[in-house]
Amino acid sequence: MTPQTEAELAEMIAGASGPLCIQGGGTRGLDADGERLSTRALSGVELYEPGALTLVVKAGTPVAEVEALLASENQRLAFEPMDHRGLLGTDGEPTIGGVIAGNVSGPRRIQAGAARDHLLGVRFVDGSGQAVKNGGRVMKNVTGYDLVKLMCGAHGTLGVLSEVSLKVLPRAEASATVAVEGAGPADAVAAMSAALGSPYDVTGAAYDPEKQTAFVRVEGFADSAAYRCRKLVSELAGFGSPRIEGEDAGLWRGIRDAAAFHGRDGDVWRISVKPSDAVALAPRLQAEALQFDWGGGLIWALVPAGTDLRARVTVPGHATLVRASADTRKRLCVFQPQPGPLAAISDGLRRQFDPKGILNPGLMG
Amino acid sequence: MEMPSPNPAILARKARLAERLLAVLPGDAVIQDAAETRAYECDALTAYKCPPLLAVLPRNTQEVSDILRICHEEGVPVVPRGAGTSLAGGALPTADCVILGVARMNGVLETDYQNRIIRVQTGRTNLSVSGAVEEEDFFYAPDPSSQLACAIAGNIAMNSGGAHCLKYGVTTNNLLGVTLVMMDGTVVEIGGAHLDAGGLDLLGVICGSEGQLGVVTEATLRILRKPEGARPILVGYDSNEVAGACVSDIIKAGVLPVAIEFMDRPCIEACEAFAKAGYPKCEALLIIEVEGSPAEIDHQLGLIIEIARSHNPVELREAGDADEATRIWLGRKSAFGAMGQINDYMCLDGTIPVSSLPFVLRRIGEMSREFGLDVANVFHAGDGNMHPLILFDANKPGDLETCEAFGAEILKLCVEAGGCLTGEHGVGIEKRDLMLYQYTAEDLEAQLKVKDVFDPKWLLNPAKVFPLSATQDRRDVALAAE
Repeated sequence: MTPQTEAELAEMIAGASGPLCIQGGGTRGLDADGERLSTRALSGVELYEPGALTLVVKAGTPVAEVEALLASENQRLAFEPMDHRGLLGTDGEPTIGGVIAGNVSGPRRIQAGAARDHLLGVRFVDGSGQAVKNGGRVMKNVTGYDLVKLMCGAHGTLGVLSEVSLKVLPRAEASATVAVEGAGPADAVAAMSAALGSPYDVTGAAYDPEKQTAFVRVEGFADSAAYRCRKLVSELAGFGSPRIEGEDAGLWRGIRDAAAFHGRDGDVWRISVKPSDAVALAPRLQAEALQFDWGGGLIWALVPAGTDLRARVTVPGHATLVRASADTRKRLCVFQPQPGPLAAISDGLRRQFDPKGILNPGLMG
Repeated sequence: MEMPSPNPAILARKARLAERLLAVLPGDAVIQDAAETRAYECDALTAYKCPPLLAVLPRNTQEVSDILRICHEEGVPVVPRGAGTSLAGGALPTADCVILGVARMNGVLETDYQNRIIRVQTGRTNLSVSGAVEEEDFFYAPDPSSQLACAIAGNIAMNSGGAHCLKYGVTTNNLLGVTLVMMDGTVVEIGGAHLDAGGLDLLGVICGSEGQLGVVTEATLRILRKPEGARPILVGYDSNEVAGACVSDIIKAGVLPVAIEFMDRPCIEACEAFAKAGYPKCEALLIIEVEGSPAEIDHQLGLIIEIARSHNPVELREAGDADEATRIWLGRKSAFGAMGQINDYMCLDGTIPVSSLPFVLRRIGEMSREFGLDVANVFHAGDGNMHPLILFDANKPGDLETCEAFGAEILKLCVEAGGCLTGEHGVGIEKRDLMLYQYTAEDLEAQLKVKDVFDPKWLLNPAKVFPLSATQDRRDVALAAE
């Protein structure tokens, strides 16, 4: 099913009797069992006001189209959404609705916030076929409950997004990166923590254990980025050998997309923890390869197919199975099961918003 | 302002309820004397007052859980209260409710500079959160203007903002985890020191739910290192349109100041008379602040000044030193005091798209003449959050009603312009009956369903946020079950 309008989307959901597999670009391999319902025909820009940092687009609009439009005004999606195609070997065109439904956020999440922090408003159709609006197009809005955040990261299980309003931000004039070489995990996390605790407004802090190198990014006006890099080089000298990198766009795209694992066999997990917990946790994961982002707060792990990595995560946080066979995903669940009282709240919300249990059933619990 | 009539059956059970609460709380934590409960009869929306049945002042999560469990069993409504600074009546009691005040829960539980978090009990005031991390040059970013008095609990309930949200976001963007006590006493932990809480974004929906989904007793907040420095400039224009265009051009140019404050002529004049900050006589005044090292500040201000000059300002004032910077902020920071000096006032906080600013200000001016009440506007221009201050005389019969009617028209205007009823104060009782201007009945129903999940008996702050007619059935069912 490929509805052309929100009204058609509502009709289709109201008329559906069996499970639906909600899909944007289909690039994240999150197929639930059920008839495919694609939002890709709900496409187009409704409003773009660069002077108000506001963009309103239909959910099926390709991310590439959104990014090109913003670039034409020297603006961007500050949360730096990942492109899953390289890691998962999928094709198709990622949509903005898919990014929002998954709260997909990249390295800049530590400074600028996640997708949910840039989402100002949504329109969606719930599981009974009712179209609902929440939030709006202005940056400060506390009028009623914030269902905007609830819909962001719900992976289509509470409703199918038809339109999203986003806060966009100016694209920085320059980006510069300090690479701290010769750093083990403990030094790397300490270095990233020192950088993130500095006044230099760090917008990326990642670590590649295979290269024993931590990367710290600053962005802004060219002089400012250069100044902050020099400051960071002197502040991080105790953690390894810091030096200023040349071109860094490819580097951060690779970190964003977990490029280190592209084309390598095995399952890929994404673990969210307190940054300082990453050091002790890393060896316990017994992974074939690891990548750290978010100053240590996000660990990407490559493990042999079928491994239950969650059992090895013994610190507070949660693990998401990003790449695995359909069987493994079924057996281990993509998303970490929640403790009893939280699971009860989540179940209650799903029953309210999807009384027929047809929206991506089983995907989130 | 209509409130539900108190349930006589609950009023009759006051003694039993007090006795049960005293079994789990120290004697001084249960306030039942009529003279003392009056201290909780209103918040900062002082036009409406009603002493509660009882007030309780727990010290920790366990006591909050015990209180809520007992009230749940007894079918008694509970109104959570932070510091009582709500301008929207979020903590207004009913005669049959228990006020649950978190003021005694003000401890710092953990500071962790390595992971850049602080964990506090939510009765702690906003400013004292920054105070707790100041010695390491860190701060907590959301800065509502009541920050000296307001509590984190209320900040979370209302998703409070402040003058610096353009860069740092509002409460929801700086909240990483909560300990939430549900109405039946169940304690849940959501999120924590890691960046993304798993599962559905429950943290996102709890923040801003005005104490209707649960009582947040502890919070993990993001703290940030202070910037190297900050410096404001002041620019005056002879029209609101031009000042609005200047703001838009600055943003389009890729400069992101931490604050852009806008004041219109009535506000400038009142502040000048009150604080004598030396503001120019003009139609619109902008205060723009940027952060960074001295060289970075010079660079950003250079760009801003170039744009500001291109719009022919009547005045452009830079701060040569800290003293001059303070003087630039002096008038703005005393705006509310200056208004209070003139008369009683009502402060609204509707948000509009920045592009519709000139239109909205012009309409407010016209309405001011129609209603016969003066209004002054201060405004977080970067994010479109308006603060029209309507002046009235509380002692003059009918003036409050006229003021409220005028306020309602301004808020409807904000919605028509593409904005919303409230940008940072919350709905409370003040904007409850305007919700259907912004949302359809179906849109509101989706929100009510969330409360059904967290608080099926509709006991937590039940008469707020939504028009009473929209929640009548649900509250009646709860009452009948009781």
